[in-house]
Amino acid sequence: MSTNIASPADAVLSARPRRSHTISWQRVLLYVILVGLLIAFLTPIYMVLATAFKTESEVNLLDVWRLPQALNFGSFVDAFNTLKPFLINSLIMAPVATIVSAVLGSINGYVLSKWYFRGANIIFPLMLFGMFIPYQSILIPLFRSLQSLHLYGGLFGLTLTHIVYGLPITTLIFRNYYAEIPKEMIESGQIDGADFFGIYLNLLFPLSIPAFVVVIIWQFTQIWNEYLFAVTLTSHDSWPITVELAQLGQGQAINYSIQMAGAFLTALPTLLVYIFLGRYFIRGLLAGSVKG
Amino acid sequence: MRMSRDRRIAVLMITPSIILLAIFVYGFIGQTIATSLSDWGTDPNKPALMPGVLINFVGLKNYQDLFTGLLNARFRGDLVNTVFFTALFLAVCLGLGLLLAIMLDQNTRGEGIFRTVFLFPMALSFVVTATVWRWLFQPNGGFNVLPTMLGLDKLNFGWFTDRTTFISFTWQQMFLFVALLILMAMAYFAVTRWQGRRRTAAVYFLIGLGLLGGVVLTAALGLPASVRNERHGLNVAIIAIVIAAAWQMSGYTMAMYLAGLRGIPEELREAARVDGCTEWQVYRYVVLPLMQPITLSAAIILGHISLKIFDLVFVMGGGSNQQIDMPSVNMYLTTFQGNNFALGSAIAVIMLIMVALIIIPYLITQLRGETQL
Repeated sequence: MSTNIASPADAVLSARPRRSHTISWQRVLLYVILVGLLIAFLTPIYMVLATAFKTESEVNLLDVWRLPQALNFGSFVDAFNTLKPFLINSLIMAPVATIVSAVLGSINGYVLSKWYFRGANIIFPLMLFGMFIPYQSILIPLFRSLQSLHLYGGLFGLTLTHIVYGLPITTLIFRNYYAEIPKEMIESGQIDGADFFGIYLNLLFPLSIPAFVVVIIWQFTQIWNEYLFAVTLTSHDSWPITVELAQLGQGQAINYSIQMAGAFLTALPTLLVYIFLGRYFIRGLLAGSVKG
Repeated sequence: MRMSRDRRIAVLMITPSIILLAIFVYGFIGQTIATSLSDWGTDPNKPALMPGVLINFVGLKNYQDLFTGLLNARFRGDLVNTVFFTALFLAVCLGLGLLLAIMLDQNTRGEGIFRTVFLFPMALSFVVTATVWRWLFQPNGGFNVLPTMLGLDKLNFGWFTDRTTFISFTWQQMFLFVALLILMAMAYFAVTRWQGRRRTAAVYFLIGLGLLGGVVLTAALGLPASVRNERHGLNVAIIAIVIAAAWQMSGYTMAMYLAGLRGIPEELREAARVDGCTEWQVYRYVVLPLMQPITLSAAIILGHISLKIFDLVFVMGGGSNQQIDMPSVNMYLTTFQGNNFALGSAIAVIMLIMVALIIIPYLITQLRGETQL
């Protein structure tokens, strides 16, 4: 059986059947505009790399657009050494929060799509609302609660926060995914004597791999990139990488080549995920608009 | 009976998530609302985190201070900034996203490469975007010196550090403008709903809007003289933030429109062509009308993001640049630097109301009519 999650995403990735086109001035104009926009979208990347490969003394405001005289990796090494402890924090926090919220979301999605209970159609929207709220509206009680639980400042408190506020989107994606699996399949499982967990483990879970990939990629990207919780709930030792990157830009003597190398390193993990698993990233992106 | 046992297990399995969200979302929102009605941290002589500090109920005083208090001009500027930022950001993202999607839907060669490039900023952190664009917007470098590479003169844009204002109006005019908008919405609904069958709903709606309009109007006329003529406007610096945010988020609208365009059966376009439509007319009369629901969804998703935008502005401006200040930044500084928890909570509640006003109707319409399993 082939279950498709969020068919719109596949539509994005599949071009229309080709019709042959003769070269016309409209087509030329189309490509001129597209290439122009392509260059515009890539300009910031050029600037990041051009600055990061320069030595500090080579970075000059008037010459920022000039290519570096030589590929100098020193700034990347310096940025890596500065960011390393915080990179490690992110590398611990993001995968743990991602996996836990994905597993919980999968179970929630299974219950909401296959085990209808009274109140489910009130509870589900109420859960979903949690992913749209401005987190400022829960930040003070959250910060106070973590303080009284002695979780404030540490990595665990931040991880827990990301797990909880990740639940709405993971539940949504899994629910929409499981909704497409026919009811008959569950019923035949029941006839074969499978219980709640048996159906999940033997029937649904093996089919869920694509949904897990979508959810894991989405959550990892979101949590890696997050800043508000990170800056308010952790103390210096537990900062994730985004907080340290923001910190690199503070103060008087800013070393721009290190800062740009740092921005590149911070972006690298999610960028690699996007480049290699873009198909699944787009599915997560479109799942956020609620309907599958 | 096994069935009911399994059902009980099912409910048991989802219960932890429900309890967590009940506490972390609704419980905490309740606490924030309660805090916003108190004086927790408003008096610098009674530090918020001092043990045994007394917290009193003060009603809506914090809200009144935010909208009419002499000391809170910054917050009012934030609201104006948010409105302009949201409007411009939506216009650019929707326009550019639609343009990109249509251009990529022309059997375009290299579509995969174009799509990958236009969408990649979505994978980045707003902190990365802010760091990079702050460098691109350096008044003495970045884009301003780009023309010198071609031997032209250096540009003199201030970008996000610009201190000038385009449109200027007073705070009272802002209130009157909002009241006018509400009246226009009332008139629109009165006409459309009255023609339909749901007249009772229309009447309730009108009464609600009428009351709201009345409150806004009364507030506008009752503003203290000190803030009535306070100047606000469209800060030029906002445009720099819009450019950076649109660079990051236009790919999202492109993906949504592209999904929509690909969902239109080729036969429909073919039929229009057979009827004698030019390619332009096919888009104007067949394709674009079908994109309307996508535009609405995208506008709501992007709109709620822009209403609560924090990282981009905070990292770019460092929190001290009031030209690009937003309620989220103000809330952060008020709460975590000023330790004024009550006022910070009030700002947070206002942000929540703004987001809820667009998200709740959206959720209701999205989930309504779903087949229940």
